[in-house]
Amino acid sequence: MKTILIIILLLYSQVQSVEPDEILANQELENVARIIGKELRCLVCQNEDIENSNADIARDLRILVRKMLSEGKTKDEIISYIHSRYGDFVLFNPPVRFDTSFLWILPVFFLMLLCYTFFRKKQ
Amino acid sequence: MKYLFLLIIMSSIGFMFYKGLKIDPSVVPSNLIDKQTPNFQLKKVGKYPLFDPNDLTKQEIKIVNFFATWCGPCKVEHPQLMELSNSFRIYGIAKKDNSKDIIKWLRSYGNPFDKLGLDNDGISSIEWGVYGLPETFIINKDNKILYKHIGPIMKNDLEKIYSILK
Repeated sequence: MKTILIIILLLYSQVQSVEPDEILANQELENVARIIGKELRCLVCQNEDIENSNADIARDLRILVRKMLSEGKTKDEIISYIHSRYGDFVLFNPPVRFDTSFLWILPVFFLMLLCYTFFRKKQ
Repeated sequence: MKYLFLLIIMSSIGFMFYKGLKIDPSVVPSNLIDKQTPNFQLKKVGKYPLFDPNDLTKQEIKIVNFFATWCGPCKVEHPQLMELSNSFRIYGIAKKDNSKDIIKWLRSYGNPFDKLGLDNDGISSIEWGVYGLPETFIINKDNKILYKHIGPIMKNDLEKIYSILK
């Protein structure tokens, strides 16, 4: 029972790669840093955000995010700066633009198509 | 009509899959192509001349190479950099390294760099959108980034590099 409980706890615990020396003393800023980190994709471990990646670049970006926050930069300014360096790839939520429109329109289109086919068959 | 509509949809999906499957997910394209080179600040390595942003304002085509002595592929790339240095000016940025090892490295394998500097905290590398090593940028006469090579420059990459440098 104990082992099962530990396994469940391990599975559901949020594993983060933020090291103690990276954490900001100001808890409010640290919380914002974590929110920003969750929105940025690690460029090496591409399915992980920078908060959860052990890659060197993810650590550098975490430190940079915290440095910019300490300098008084806002969340949008920080994300915009990192986006300007690494492009859309670094964002988990790509911006809505003409060239990304397919990305946003296609799922809705397919859902509509599915609904149409499903209800039409029932009728 | 119904089948034509279906055919158009299926062909578009097939085309997107065809294009998508050809993309190498490990290569993140640079967002700085056709843009001015970013600002950066480096530390001096021994007695080697320090590379600074003013060097890139020279009216010539130049190469900026990010490397490290702890990076295996950088060693593989080094002979190609030596070859390129015969015809073009190459500036080096050593990421998270130490002067002692860099000096030893350049003495052992040769120095392809006109000037170089040390990026200890990785901030300058982020400025350039670097995420792995080695990475090489080709800068035009107007100080704009023309091309970024991700990974080591191998012998068979030289032809492409030369064609861009011309």
